[in-house]
Amino acid sequence: MNDTLKQARSLFVSLRLTVVLLALSIVLIFWATLDQVNLGVWAVQHKFFHSFFVTAKIGGVAFPVFPGGYLIGGLLLVNLVAGHLYRFKMGWRKAGIWIAHLGLILLLVGELVSGLMQKDYQMRIDEGETKNYAESSRQNEFAIINATDPNLDEVTAIPESLLSRGTVVQNPSLPFRVVPKAYYPNSTLQMRSQVPNAPPSLATSGMGPMLAVTPLEVTYKEDERNVPAAFVELVGPDGTLGTWVVSPLLGNPQKFDFAGKTWKLVMRPKRIYEPYSLTLEKFSHDLYPGTDIPKNFSSRIRINPADGSPSRDVLIYMNNPLRYAGLTYYQQSFDNNDHTTILEVVRNPSWLAPYIACGAITLGLVIQFLIHLWGFARRRTA
Amino acid sequence: MTRRMPLYVVAIAAIIFLMGMAPGRVHQSAAVTAFGRLPVLSEGRFKPLDTVARSTLLVLQGHQDVMTSDKRELTSDEWLLDVLFAPEKADGYPIFYIDNPDLLTLVGKNEVNLAIERLSFNEIAPHSQEIEAQEKLAEPVEAQNRTRFQSSVVQLYGNLSHYLRLRRAILPDGSKDFLGELLKLQENLVDGVEAVRAKEEGKPHDEAKAAAMLAEGQKFVAMSESTDLLAIPPDEGDDPSAWHNSGHALLETFGKGEVNPAVLAYAGMAFAWQGNDTERFQHIVGLYQSSLDKHFPKQVEKARIETIFNAAQPFYAGMWMYLGAFLFAALSWIKWPEAARRTSFGLVGLGWIIATLGIATRMWLEGRPPVTNLYSSAIFIGWGSVGLCLILEAVYKNAIGTAAAGMIGFATLIIAQHLALAGDTLEMMRAVLDSNFWLGTHVVVVTIGYASTFLAGVLAVIYILRGIFTTTLDKATADALARMVYGIVCFATLFSFVGTTLGGIWADQSWGRFWGWDPKENGALIIVVWNALILHARWAGLVKQRGLMCLAVFGNIVTSWSWFGTNMLGIGLHSYGFTDAAFWWLTAFVLSQIALIAIANLPLEKWRSFRA
Repeated sequence: MNDTLKQARSLFVSLRLTVVLLALSIVLIFWATLDQVNLGVWAVQHKFFHSFFVTAKIGGVAFPVFPGGYLIGGLLLVNLVAGHLYRFKMGWRKAGIWIAHLGLILLLVGELVSGLMQKDYQMRIDEGETKNYAESSRQNEFAIINATDPNLDEVTAIPESLLSRGTVVQNPSLPFRVVPKAYYPNSTLQMRSQVPNAPPSLATSGMGPMLAVTPLEVTYKEDERNVPAAFVELVGPDGTLGTWVVSPLLGNPQKFDFAGKTWKLVMRPKRIYEPYSLTLEKFSHDLYPGTDIPKNFSSRIRINPADGSPSRDVLIYMNNPLRYAGLTYYQQSFDNNDHTTILEVVRNPSWLAPYIACGAITLGLVIQFLIHLWGFARRRTA
Repeated sequence: MTRRMPLYVVAIAAIIFLMGMAPGRVHQSAAVTAFGRLPVLSEGRFKPLDTVARSTLLVLQGHQDVMTSDKRELTSDEWLLDVLFAPEKADGYPIFYIDNPDLLTLVGKNEVNLAIERLSFNEIAPHSQEIEAQEKLAEPVEAQNRTRFQSSVVQLYGNLSHYLRLRRAILPDGSKDFLGELLKLQENLVDGVEAVRAKEEGKPHDEAKAAAMLAEGQKFVAMSESTDLLAIPPDEGDDPSAWHNSGHALLETFGKGEVNPAVLAYAGMAFAWQGNDTERFQHIVGLYQSSLDKHFPKQVEKARIETIFNAAQPFYAGMWMYLGAFLFAALSWIKWPEAARRTSFGLVGLGWIIATLGIATRMWLEGRPPVTNLYSSAIFIGWGSVGLCLILEAVYKNAIGTAAAGMIGFATLIIAQHLALAGDTLEMMRAVLDSNFWLGTHVVVVTIGYASTFLAGVLAVIYILRGIFTTTLDKATADALARMVYGIVCFATLFSFVGTTLGGIWADQSWGRFWGWDPKENGALIIVVWNALILHARWAGLVKQRGLMCLAVFGNIVTSWSWFGTNMLGIGLHSYGFTDAAFWWLTAFVLSQIALIAIANLPLEKWRSFRA
């Protein structure tokens, strides 16, 4: 083996590297915690943990200034695996350390997977209502609905990201092209009459000409959400059909007829549809007597399975979510004078990993601790 | 003589503590004590009036006794009686603590008399309009962005309305003879209700009687809206947790045809208290107490125990015992090594037993695991550290365990004393935290993790201070300390890790993510990683004895950040309880630990113990 390789090996298996990486991770976590005051927890996760480098803008250019979560976590993983392979010795004395580190590997990998794969949505259901979809709390989609058949909506959904990039969309289910003209990640809509000196609107059809769109700064606060708006032109084979304003603020879809069919345009929170549906039977919200301190929130939900098997009732409340069909439903909030429940819907395929990992690490640490204690006690009595 | 020192000192400490619990010691009459034991429903839980009085006074003025302007001393129960039944007296007691100079100027102080910091309601009342106006300006500003004046004015406004809600808990505002008014109401009830009914149906009626009855009704509506103390028990057969305030109970008079007997009992107490008729007061309290005993035996019993608990002040007593233990431990390194060490061990043991009983009583009262808020975390961190210290001392017998116990025990209980100023420390748990299983596992284990990390840090502080400033740190003691710190760091790694991951599992159970990078979660994670770093640095040979001590001292900074610092960011799911003063104390603490690390890095020739 040549010297460079040897040096690399001794670097990657060394405990010094471990200590350096642990110190870097402490700085990273501390910095990220402080930055939450400015950025909010979601932006912080992307900037610090789901990245190889933390970047800072210097003169408009992003420079890497500190190793990010992927880099530190990845190096720790390499260090851990390499160190154990290199120093591997059979024997009981290190059994606890082995189990704990194996658990740690699983924990790091599990968190990486859930960082990449975890999706969360919200589901708002009014009492008595039945829903078969959940909505994203951060992403929106531009839906073009063929509503010709009153019993069936045929939906073509265009993600917000395509609108923001200005990508022209042509899809076999649509007899026109979709040409994004302008996109604002956060905005507010007002009636034109209320904003006398608003610039002329790009919109020519639907609600658009009556509205003034004002772009706003993107917000990172936990209790606020960004409301995007876009101007979209639809172009048929014989030329333009008009330009519409779309925004989740508008609520009801805008309707028009073309090519003998009825179309609806709406920008709404991104949806995931499920083959089954849920009905909210009752939402309850109890307070401690004589106070406004909430004692409990709970939703009585009926699950209507996809295969037509009999429906069943479940109660979702604090610390007691429903796990069903790979999704987990948590009681998150409520609205509408306690008549609407807001459930958080999470898809996290690696949810079991931390349970196993933590079990293994705990077991390992306890074994190691007991081995030490045993040795200590024997030495003292000796 | 020194041989018996441990026995004498511990016995004296125990006797002083027990005397605190003895009924005759408090300077108030038995009737007042009995009144303090009456259960009421307040802030969502049953508690004795004694607790209402004490926690209100802590919020308003920072301690539990009242000194009137004519230098009479009142117990908290006597003060509460005056607030409820003789408000014209109570309004003159200086109980509103104000320390902000701008706010003092607002309530009429000037350069000449600015020093006075406790004011009475009567002194503040003329300025209530300005206070309200300033509060309206300050209130929309987020708590962590307020200036000191803004927080003070918001706090004073809150304290004033807290006081007024208590003052209006039983008697209507400005009532001179409440009992007489109620008896008159009872007498005219049938005619009056009939007159009102006739009036509503448009039939002929006695206008004066109807108007009088309607006026009573309006008075009761106003009363029912102006307090949140639920002092009146429900009728037999009703939901036993549906207690009312007195205005609400009086409103039911018109439907039921009689004045609520519990309100009458309180009105009778008011009458006797106003007339200084101690005998009658005691009689009425006794009658009311025995009627409660029949229908609410559990609440009455809990209220009785809680009153004894309040008077015993176990954590306050423990605090002084820990301080004494520390002094005796330090003494043992200079003189009487064995006698002073055993005295110190005895005091720590006694303080710890008293703290254990105190924690157990709180758990029984609340029906919850030991740690439910910042206050109880301080007590429990102290309890856990001191428990570990007792084990260390039993093994090593060198007074280091008891010295560390004394320091941590005293410090954590001082912190708890200050956290208690926020109000009732047995407050109800919000829905999301309402899980005894997770409070009992995650919170307890992670708190022991905090406790042991602090303990390692304090042992390291002892090493550094003794090594540099005294000649008492011989090789054997230094090695023993190094082994203790290493062992405690191992223990801390285990508990902080298990506690943190149990928190992750709780989060997965209730919010759908194992890890959310919330500030408090991050703080706990940093403690785990820091402990792991210490262990790996030692295994790698990067640090020897002194380096280990420096890293352990830095663990104090890491832990205090996680415990208090993360709450100061004002964000995240765990951001409860934050005081302005805590920020300065935290900064001072961090600086002191950095200073310790700096002096620990003086060359060994400067260490008095290691000078050859």
